[in-house]
Amino acid sequence: MAAKDDLGRRGEALATEFLRQHGCAVLAQNWRCAQGEIDVIVLDGAETVFVEVKTRSSVTFGHPFEAITAAKLARLRRLAGAWCEANPSLGRQIRIDAISVIAPLGATPQLEHLRRVF
Amino acid sequence: MPLGRTSSVALIGLTGSMVEIEADISNNLPSFVLIGLPDTALNEARDRVRAAATNSGCGLPNRKLTVNLSPAALPKHGSGFDLAIALAVLAAAGNVNGESVAGVVHLGELGLDGRLRPINGILPAVLAASRFGARTVMVPTGNADEASLVPGIRVVGVASLLDAAIWHGGRYSPVVVEPITRPAVGGTAEPFEESDLGDVIGNADAVEAMQVAAAGGHHVFLLGPPGSGKTMLASRLPGLLPDLESHAALEVSSIRSLAGQPVGSSLVTRPPLEAPHHTATAAAIIGGGSSHIRPGAAARAAHGVLFLDEAPEFPTSVLDALRQPLESGVITIHRANAVAHFPGQFQLVLAANPCPCGQYGARDSECVCPPNQRRRYLARISGPLLDRIDIQLRVTRITATELRMAPESVRLSTAAARKRVIQARAASRDRLKDSPFLLNGQVSGSWLRGPRLRLGPSTTSAIDRALERGGLTMRGYDRVLRLAWSISDLAGTSQPSAEQLGQALYLRKAISL
Repeated sequence: MAAKDDLGRRGEALATEFLRQHGCAVLAQNWRCAQGEIDVIVLDGAETVFVEVKTRSSVTFGHPFEAITAAKLARLRRLAGAWCEANPSLGRQIRIDAISVIAPLGATPQLEHLRRVF
Repeated sequence: MPLGRTSSVALIGLTGSMVEIEADISNNLPSFVLIGLPDTALNEARDRVRAAATNSGCGLPNRKLTVNLSPAALPKHGSGFDLAIALAVLAAAGNVNGESVAGVVHLGELGLDGRLRPINGILPAVLAASRFGARTVMVPTGNADEASLVPGIRVVGVASLLDAAIWHGGRYSPVVVEPITRPAVGGTAEPFEESDLGDVIGNADAVEAMQVAAAGGHHVFLLGPPGSGKTMLASRLPGLLPDLESHAALEVSSIRSLAGQPVGSSLVTRPPLEAPHHTATAAAIIGGGSSHIRPGAAARAAHGVLFLDEAPEFPTSVLDALRQPLESGVITIHRANAVAHFPGQFQLVLAANPCPCGQYGARDSECVCPPNQRRRYLARISGPLLDRIDIQLRVTRITATELRMAPESVRLSTAAARKRVIQARAASRDRLKDSPFLLNGQVSGSWLRGPRLRLGPSTTSAIDRALERGGLTMRGYDRVLRLAWSISDLAGTSQPSAEQLGQALYLRKAISL
């Protein structure tokens, strides 16, 4: 596995743990369908939250949030629709969040959470 | 509250309006939204500001930034808002003191390296800020000299965005950068400056006429064959005019600043001369542009001389576009989204050949133009325009005898002539102090014929007769009176004599063939 994929996995794991600590119930991780993948899906109160996690080891090539483009958000929105179709009992209220993880080698990772980014 | 605000100035023509710049940071993915009717150059400010802030070490927050320029309906253009936008965002982020940023007017364009570039139109912008009650204005170092010309406002010149942020209480470590300055003043700015009236040989009545024109602010039309010295005479007129008064100097400097010409560290004190080529369009002469309205040659010649050489070669529409500024002294340009006003009190000097071959009326050669063509050539200068020109003079080539006699003849230097003009203007100002007029060239006929200044019938008999015979219209009669007063002022007499009226009649009517 390439180092970047490893970093991504680690970031997603950190983000999931972070959400769990903030009282969210994790519904799915790396949910896949024909159109792509959703990193994390959690239940925050009554809201189903689709979370895009972006991890970088440094900000030399920009902040992780800057890498979340409009096209990526649009895909996430479509994927959210696909998930709701697959799970009709859930997903009455949905929300799309983004979490950035900056995880330099050998230092404490920093997480930032943005709600309702779409 | 993640909100920062500051102010800047939007210019339409020479008129500035205050623009309030608000920046909001919202918890959302990084993006930069600029609203409030920006044009393309201003919309690009988003990329300039982000790059400049990052490269100068005071990076913007990775959140959604919304910057609003209000009043939202006022069209804004150019790159002069960059500094204000950057500081409003930094204030919203809490990196600099918000109160300090809100109390200062910011002007300046950012380079990608975070240094500030000088912008055009600083002088009118700072002037507007001062009129609207601003006490401190922050400008690029390269513009600081120009901004300091405005009295009663504190000017802070900064070299970079980092310097500006530190000035506003940002906790950054200063970095010394080389400030961006304007290229030095070009040597070709005043090509006619050195020419002296003493160089003109012969044409004594034309030399006198130029002084009359300078004394009374009369417009001039010079007609003569090629090589008779029309251009030479016209280029000497600005030298005869007195130094600009403070109000006029400020306006001339403002126009220069707006047109992107160097202003330097002192106001322009000499009247400008503009001599556009006859291929110029109406927009080049009057001013124009669709979104950003720029001053034309006529506005740049305000309080100075607009010289149109080969006047019949100008398109008729261009010449007639000058009628409105000649009448009102203000150049008004209407566009779909704005109306711009520029000062338009210039002195018009037209020069023309008498016919396409140029030889008609010359003593030493023969004209080959058919009469019809000759008539049509001068008819390109429309009657209404010509009617507004007080002095219409024929100039002739000098003869070999005149050239030989030249060293012995006494000729007036520009300095001596200007002294005469200043005295004449003082006399006319004294007389006109109770009237709305400033110069003889602006005085209305009814005022001149009024009880205070009415001349005796024995004095005016010559022009009275010309009026009776139909050689002079009523309007022409008034023009002759104005000229006579200027001639009298120049001669230092208290009121025009019959002889001076005759001279005025000659200056007005010498062209009629």
